[in-house]
Amino acid sequence: MQLIACPWCGPREEVEFSYGGQAHVPYPDSPAELSDEQWAHYVFHRDNTRGRFAERWNHSAGCRRWFNAIRDTATYRFERVYRLDDPKSVTP
Amino acid sequence: MAELLRTHPLEAWTAAFERLPDTVRIAAEPYVAMVDVRLGTVGPGASTALGVDLPTAPNTWVPAGAGRAVWLGPDEWLLTSPTEAPEELEGRVRAAVVGLGGSATDVSAQRIGLRLAGARVRDVLARGCSIDLHPRVFGRGSSAQTTLGQAGVVLLALSDAGDDVAVLVRSSFAGYLADWLLDAALEFTTTPDR
Amino acid sequence: MTSSSRTPEGGRVDRATTVEFTFDGQTLTGHPGDTLASALLANGRHQVATSIKLGRPRGIAAAWAEDPGGLVQIEEPFPEPMLLATTVELADGLAASGLPGQGRLADVPDSARYDAVHHHVDVLVVGAGPAGLAAALTAARSGARVALVDEQSEAGGSLLGGTDRLDDAPALQWVAAAVAELAAAPEVLHLQRTTAFGSYDDGFVLALERRTDHLGAAAPKHVSRQRVWRLRARSIVVATGAHERPVVFADNDRPGTMLAGAARTFLHRYGVLPGREAVVFTTNDSAYDAALDLSRAGVRVQAVVDARPEGSPRRAECERAGIRVLSGAVVTGTRGVERVTHALVAPFADGEVGASSAIACDLLLVSGGWNPAVHLFSQSRGRLRYDEGLGAFVPGEELDGLAVAGSAAGLFDLAGCLADGQRVARAALAALGVAPAADDRLPTAPEPVVPAAPLVLWRVPDTSGAEGTTSFVDLQRDATVADVARAIGAGLRSIEHVKRYTTIGTAHDQGKTSGVLTSGIVAELLGVPVQDTGTTTFRPPYTPVAFAALAGRDRGRLFDPERVTALHDWHVAAGAVFEDVGQWKRPRHYPRPGEDMEAAVLRECAAVRTGVGILDGSTLGKIDVQGPDAAVLLDRLYTNLMSSLKVGSVRYGVMCGVDGMVIDDGTVLRLAEDRFLVLTTTGGAAKVLDWMEEWVQTEWPDLRVHCTSVTEQWVTFPVVGPRSRDVVGAVFPGVDVSAEAFPFMTWRDTTLEGVPVRLARISFSGELAFEVYVNPWYAVAVWERLLEAGRPYGITPYGTETMHVLRAEKGYPIIGQDTDGTVTPHDLGMAWAVSKKKPDFIGKRSFSRQANQDPLRKQLVGLLPVDRQTVLPEGSQIVEFAADGELPPPPVPMLGHVTSSYRSAELARPFALALVKGGRERIGETVHVPVHGTLVPVEVTGSVLVDPEGARRDG
Repeated sequence: MQLIACPWCGPREEVEFSYGGQAHVPYPDSPAELSDEQWAHYVFHRDNTRGRFAERWNHSAGCRRWFNAIRDTATYRFERVYRLDDPKSVTP
Repeated sequence: MAELLRTHPLEAWTAAFERLPDTVRIAAEPYVAMVDVRLGTVGPGASTALGVDLPTAPNTWVPAGAGRAVWLGPDEWLLTSPTEAPEELEGRVRAAVVGLGGSATDVSAQRIGLRLAGARVRDVLARGCSIDLHPRVFGRGSSAQTTLGQAGVVLLALSDAGDDVAVLVRSSFAGYLADWLLDAALEFTTTPDR
Repeated sequence: MTSSSRTPEGGRVDRATTVEFTFDGQTLTGHPGDTLASALLANGRHQVATSIKLGRPRGIAAAWAEDPGGLVQIEEPFPEPMLLATTVELADGLAASGLPGQGRLADVPDSARYDAVHHHVDVLVVGAGPAGLAAALTAARSGARVALVDEQSEAGGSLLGGTDRLDDAPALQWVAAAVAELAAAPEVLHLQRTTAFGSYDDGFVLALERRTDHLGAAAPKHVSRQRVWRLRARSIVVATGAHERPVVFADNDRPGTMLAGAARTFLHRYGVLPGREAVVFTTNDSAYDAALDLSRAGVRVQAVVDARPEGSPRRAECERAGIRVLSGAVVTGTRGVERVTHALVAPFADGEVGASSAIACDLLLVSGGWNPAVHLFSQSRGRLRYDEGLGAFVPGEELDGLAVAGSAAGLFDLAGCLADGQRVARAALAALGVAPAADDRLPTAPEPVVPAAPLVLWRVPDTSGAEGTTSFVDLQRDATVADVARAIGAGLRSIEHVKRYTTIGTAHDQGKTSGVLTSGIVAELLGVPVQDTGTTTFRPPYTPVAFAALAGRDRGRLFDPERVTALHDWHVAAGAVFEDVGQWKRPRHYPRPGEDMEAAVLRECAAVRTGVGILDGSTLGKIDVQGPDAAVLLDRLYTNLMSSLKVGSVRYGVMCGVDGMVIDDGTVLRLAEDRFLVLTTTGGAAKVLDWMEEWVQTEWPDLRVHCTSVTEQWVTFPVVGPRSRDVVGAVFPGVDVSAEAFPFMTWRDTTLEGVPVRLARISFSGELAFEVYVNPWYAVAVWERLLEAGRPYGITPYGTETMHVLRAEKGYPIIGQDTDGTVTPHDLGMAWAVSKKKPDFIGKRSFSRQANQDPLRKQLVGLLPVDRQTVLPEGSQIVEFAADGELPPPPVPMLGHVTSSYRSAELARPFALALVKGGRERIGETVHVPVHGTLVPVEVTGSVLVDPEGARRDG
């Protein structure tokens, strides 16, 4: 049972969290102006990185806050977590 | 207050709670008014208006008059008051925070309070709570939103010895949690009746 | 009664007490402190079982969990299969039998309790042998929070099976003092009979404590039989010792063949002589202790057969004791049937085996060296290194937060193990920033005798003619050297592949004795270094764990939480039949005596449509949305416009995902300019709140809005039917309930004896209806007032089934039943609920995607079975064409499926809702639904079957 460090509540068991997929995929400014393909890219396409990956997590059984994390998808290790208002991390 | 009959979801558990030994005393807390407060920034203005310094350290609670102010998130608190009616508390808090961009929602019936006291309380909670409740890290003033058994709860440490804890649980889960606690305490009963 | 093979004195069993047990139907005796294995040996019984494939006799070959031989079935006190006689503690009344490789599960429920406990420590020490005790004492003396777990019934580890001395006294005196010191330390949890069976991420270790079996009939029923400890440690010390490794030779599975160290344990710990005449076959010095100790205890040791050409410096000791030592010799095989009668011994030089001769014996002890028990280290993804000198895998790297000490790290002398335990514990404390105690003295062990180098020997070449087919590598799987050779011959190279081909290491013991042997033999056959072969992956659990223990208390009533409303007791008393909706218990219907569900639901439906009914709708999700931008948020999340809703009014809305598919629906009450009450489906409550929070927190933090769950803050009682106005008007006289003063889709606040109540004109049935909202503290009182006021009109409590029928008759979909995540509002015929004015909302852009323009999209329609009889099973497929009532040949063209289906009191016939390809174009057509092998013709209709004009909603 891995621990995930909520930026507010501190380390808690992973079952207290829910996964929110790739981070830094903003909702498009003007969806109406996108082609079907561009829109489909936003709706359906996400990176499938091996290694360091920026992703979203929610401390759903705790403070219910969303935050971002850099996690290694090969080792599951969390490199760091950061709040949504932190400057964007530089992903590898 | 109203004449209308009030019922409590744990009435049927009272007798079972009373049979517990002194090492694990469990009781349903009386109904109190509770309001969920949302506020982006906590400043002196908020403290003055609310009459309490909302705690900004995660996983803590502070006394607020006769009630409590519990940290629920970086912009969220639970404020309780045993002396006001729910709609009174909501009205007062809403008036205090609305001008600061905050909000207040009556959640008095959203959760049920349980009070656990005795030397074995920590052992009972450890049967289903994954966070560390040792007094070294969970002394009076600590709180935690976490899972107990399979129910989401808010735990409030009321003593430094780890022998007095309030548990807030969603009302619909109260019966489940009461059953769960009684079952967890069974080992500490000298004359188990189940 | 002293059993035949019990020593006259010694051992740690309680000789003053005799316990009776049965094995294979035979009544035998033993003592508290015995295992089933030691008691069987004390009764002269070696053979315990027969093997799984070959049916060969098998016996006790080791003294603990590494035993590959002694599988038993427990019959009493509770049937349990596949336990090892070596790990079953003897208790009065125990009944067991030997197993032919497989056991039987109990066919009666297990009434024992099982539980789990979370525990947090600074330092967790696994293993209470010399290294573990040293580590635990060092950590405990610093004041750190410590847990010490050990799988045996008492602390001491290897000291229990030997004659070691510390501080010039028996080492077990120091063990007792250490245990007492740990017991007195306030922050130490010391658990015996507790196996750490899995090491996971971030210092998480699962351990199984066996709490009551050893108490026999005295075991208290209210105490859990087994407990899973969920240990979270900042630092872990693995001091799990080592397993002795056998050497493979022909017929090495014959009962009476045993690991040398195990025989020593049986002698010293249990006071049992495992034989009368012994041959000891070894590749290292450790077995000399067994030979000497057994000889001293009266066993005639016929020979020590040492594979090393130079033998051992301990030869002289043996010879003084009258024990013959044969150096440069091996055991090539055994004779006997159900017990070994002879060991076949032959000279051995440069890998060549000479002619063998038979030495009579009833006990053949074997030692091929020691394998450090690296399981927990390896489970923590620690890399292993093959140590050429030891012929064993040892920890090959340092891990953060987990260190290995003592024999588990490849140290085999007592002084070294004690020092290593202390060193590792101090390092752990230092990493945690904890200072060690000023005085943490450990006892002095005698200067170790430097042993002669062991010989690494995996197998003795088979000279029996059996070509390795009786040279057992994995006794539990009946897998032999010949099987390994066949795997290599088949082209397998990876040890993982060999494992799967031969099944070696996949049995009950997970390869504790066979794993490294296989690595060695594979390396030998392939001619590669053992390091390159490596080991198979060590996975939890270290020893088998019963599912009952893993389930713990989460069974029966506590298996899944039951969420109930404030009226639950009332429903129970009213005889409601409940239905699970998520975790909620909801009344499905309230049958009267003699009624089945169909009759009850027809009655309830008719009552609502002609009189008045009342439902407990409290499980509906409710979210309070507050703030100056509340309307902005709702406009972005709902497909329709919410900002134009007037305070005091209610609007139905649909929510979609970004893909344009419906995720929830419900009504929205505007409570104030800056405040809404959002109602969600019962199942969607948490999901919708999370959905709102996700957008507010991650995309629109600039919006001044807050969302709070108030699902349990309000009970909701829809009072429904043409007479509902009379009932609600009577209970809440302060509200003008006339259609003019209180129009459809509006809400009003009132009070009942000072208690705030909210009323809303919302209908999920098409009938005149009022939803009553009140704080659940007063739920029972308000419900009963409504019932009382409704009595003159025959008010009828109704359940979810009636609710479903009524809404389906009106074509109202249930999100998640009539939809499945692939359905747009347009598919539901709800284009009217999709705003054309709003520039954007979640899902809007997807509506114009090509796939959403397909005229053959499945659309929600009604179905009326032509026979006016058949209730179509929900989920039934709809078939495009059927000639002559026969199902067309496959692939059968499918048009869609039935999503809801009921019998309607109002229509006096069954009806259904369905998702049908191009459904709206097919209205009026007949399609077919296969039901139990026959094709039922059904007419496609619009989805609204009752009151399509909406004439009833105002009463």
